[in-house]
Amino acid sequence: MKFLHKILEKQKPMFEKGGKLEKLYYLFEAGETFMFSPASTANNKGVQVRDAIDLKRMMMTVVIAMIPCLIWGIFNVGYQHHVAIGEATSFFSIDNLLFGSRWVLPIVLVSYAAGGLIEAVFAVIRKHPINEGFLVTGMLIPLIVPPTIPLWQVALATIFGVVVGKEIFGGTGMNVLNVAMTSRAFLYFAYPLQISGDVWTQLGGDTAVNGFSGATALAVANNVSIEGSQSVVEGLNQANNMLASPFGGDFFSFQNMLIGGIPGSIGETSTLMALIGGLILIATGVGSWKIIVSVFAGAFAMGTIFNLAGANEFMLLPAHYHLVLGGLAFGAVFMATDPVSAAQTETGKWIYGVLIGMLTVVIRVLNPAYPEGIMLAVLFMNVFAPLIDFYVVQANKKRRIARAV
Amino acid sequence: MSKTVKLKKGFDINLAGKAEKTIASTPPSETFAIKPTDFIGMKRPKLFVAEGDTVKAGTPVLYDKMQENVMVCSPVSGEIVEVKRGAKRKLLEIKILADKEIEYETFQTYSDSDLRSLSREDAQAQMTKGGVWSNLIQRPYGVVANEADTPKAIFISSFDTHPLSADIAFTLKGEEEAFKAGVEVLKKFTSGKVHLNHDLNGEVSTVFANIEGVENNKISGPHPAGNVGVQIHHLDPIGKGEVVWTITPYGVAQVGKLFLKGVYDASRLVAVAGSEVSKPQYFKTYTGSGVNKLTEGNLKNDHVRFISGNVLTGERIEKDGYIGFYDNLLSVIPEGDHADFLGWIMPRKEVLSFHRAWGLFSFLNGKNKEYVLDTNTNGEPRAFVQTGTFEKVTPMDIYPTYLVKAIMAEDFDNMEALGIYEIIEEDLALCEYVDVSKHDIQQIVREGLELMQNG
Repeated sequence: MKFLHKILEKQKPMFEKGGKLEKLYYLFEAGETFMFSPASTANNKGVQVRDAIDLKRMMMTVVIAMIPCLIWGIFNVGYQHHVAIGEATSFFSIDNLLFGSRWVLPIVLVSYAAGGLIEAVFAVIRKHPINEGFLVTGMLIPLIVPPTIPLWQVALATIFGVVVGKEIFGGTGMNVLNVAMTSRAFLYFAYPLQISGDVWTQLGGDTAVNGFSGATALAVANNVSIEGSQSVVEGLNQANNMLASPFGGDFFSFQNMLIGGIPGSIGETSTLMALIGGLILIATGVGSWKIIVSVFAGAFAMGTIFNLAGANEFMLLPAHYHLVLGGLAFGAVFMATDPVSAAQTETGKWIYGVLIGMLTVVIRVLNPAYPEGIMLAVLFMNVFAPLIDFYVVQANKKRRIARAV
Repeated sequence: MSKTVKLKKGFDINLAGKAEKTIASTPPSETFAIKPTDFIGMKRPKLFVAEGDTVKAGTPVLYDKMQENVMVCSPVSGEIVEVKRGAKRKLLEIKILADKEIEYETFQTYSDSDLRSLSREDAQAQMTKGGVWSNLIQRPYGVVANEADTPKAIFISSFDTHPLSADIAFTLKGEEEAFKAGVEVLKKFTSGKVHLNHDLNGEVSTVFANIEGVENNKISGPHPAGNVGVQIHHLDPIGKGEVVWTITPYGVAQVGKLFLKGVYDASRLVAVAGSEVSKPQYFKTYTGSGVNKLTEGNLKNDHVRFISGNVLTGERIEKDGYIGFYDNLLSVIPEGDHADFLGWIMPRKEVLSFHRAWGLFSFLNGKNKEYVLDTNTNGEPRAFVQTGTFEKVTPMDIYPTYLVKAIMAEDFDNMEALGIYEIIEEDLALCEYVDVSKHDIQQIVREGLELMQNG
């Protein structure tokens, strides 16, 4: 590979100061450092050896942690299609894989292409290195949109997220909001028709079986609660119960929701796969276990508090159901843990996580218009994370002052 | 009351090539150098000597215009062969060609009982004149101590947890009397206590045993447990307006010898260590020793970096450079100017990492594995992204990220409130090592300290 490196090095002067393509330096740098880790050495003063980690590797770890969710999502898009048109096969069938790939991979490609392009444009204009953060964002966005989403919306949302969520603040590391969640919120408020209602199953032009409803479990739960004639669990059990449940029980049984054979956004249906991703993040230390654990704890606690209040059927839903409903697990593992937009102090991380979990359930249960709470909860707490940190750091300062007396 | 402090946070960097406890018979260096840049905070060094002058060991060579009484003395007797200046005539090195037999300037000698009745003024006069004062480092700021201060305490750490560090007890063998006398002198300067801090898990060497009138504290934990700054934080933290002095055990012994024998004795054992040294061991030489003789025929290859001090806080020196005033270690590690194909994602087990992100498998090697690390930065500088890792290697109630950001923003109030008085570069060196985004944390810390000191 040395010859390749030599070729690259030869081109370098063209991109450096005074060269013909000086403006494109950071594009060249990004390309070169992806091919070869740089030959730079430690400064004359300061540490003479550096840890083997860099930001690229850290970001790739998150991408790797998302792969179980992506693969599951591809199969599930295929499975949901086939079950809706009455041709259900086993979950991991070739048919499901092919159909899922046909609809999911273009979304992934568009997200990476649109985001990559806008990153490159900003790197050139703003003269900063291309941010590896996009490796993660580009994969997160496809996993949190419905499989029926128009590709132009994916592109638009990605560009919006990258520009408004990140670049206007100065790029990766400076952003206030989680970029992927900003993209999704943009879609939700700008194009609500394509991201709510019966959009969760890609029918691909075929007709669904009689009585099929494309609603997510959360929407079902919400409707049952508004009608008030039966418990939410009963309602869930009856919904779509003519469809084959791939993992036992009724279609919206607890175990099927836990394992993830249900309609929803591409990558978030399987709580189990999100948890596997979470284990990867925790084992590698890239994601904060404190945040992940506390989001689940907060959701469970709020569910229990609502059980005690018990004003309607949704409030009476057993608290553990909240952990497998909707995108809570995916959000807890991949969204809340974004180190830049999360609380940065260790104590703050506990508070931040618990509040995300609690808010998610509050939004689900008390807001009839839009039952998915994790998106807004994460964005809301992103905004409050600096405040949490402020008080944690303030306490540290007070300890220092108190000590002196 | 002596205290025991058990620290959990931190990280040991276990490098290959530790110095064996043998003393080389190779003749020591012929030239020695005084580098004014070693003395942090020295603003305007003024020379007493010119090229061609002859000096004795203990002859004043230069002083700082800001601290006119404090002499920096020649470590050996001989001839000033070169005064090396850099840009704007900045003094870089004063090189001295050593005599075969070292001659000493003589200072007043004291017996044990004299020392007990010694006054602070007399002690101070002899120390500043005799070249040993610069061993005293003042906290905050990590600069040479100011004569006018009376510190609330003096701290001595009897162990060093840095990578490849010299064994302090070994380097001070036979200096029992000198160390004892040095402590006796130092006691005159503080209204409070002299803290002598030992490794909880090690044996207290005879050098440090039975010292009267000091607090013997025990510290345990991974690096930076041996850092005196971390120890101060747990034993007697520095608040605004307070001053603490620190001194190395070598410095204490040097003070002792100045009073017992009446000479500025700059002889010392220096460890030459690192993966690229053929036979890592100790050399008997003097402060400011040239690298040449210590490494001649003692290297495995020549594409190496010479570091005065350890790999975390040290400074790169040339192959014909000189070891710094405060250093008892010359580290030699491979230069890391190599580009690796897909180096950012390839699994790596041989490069030590504090992290466990994808492909960083060094944690599987166990604690006893010795690493050969080179100077490659292993990545490019980025904005802060990952959080919580600095805190894991900083065993103090301090938020390094916030402090570093306050320094970058030149936010004086926050720097103070977040504890800048309690740290110097070495205390956050591990943060710089583990930083995913490759910031120059130590340089930032120094900038912050200078801002606080000079406004």
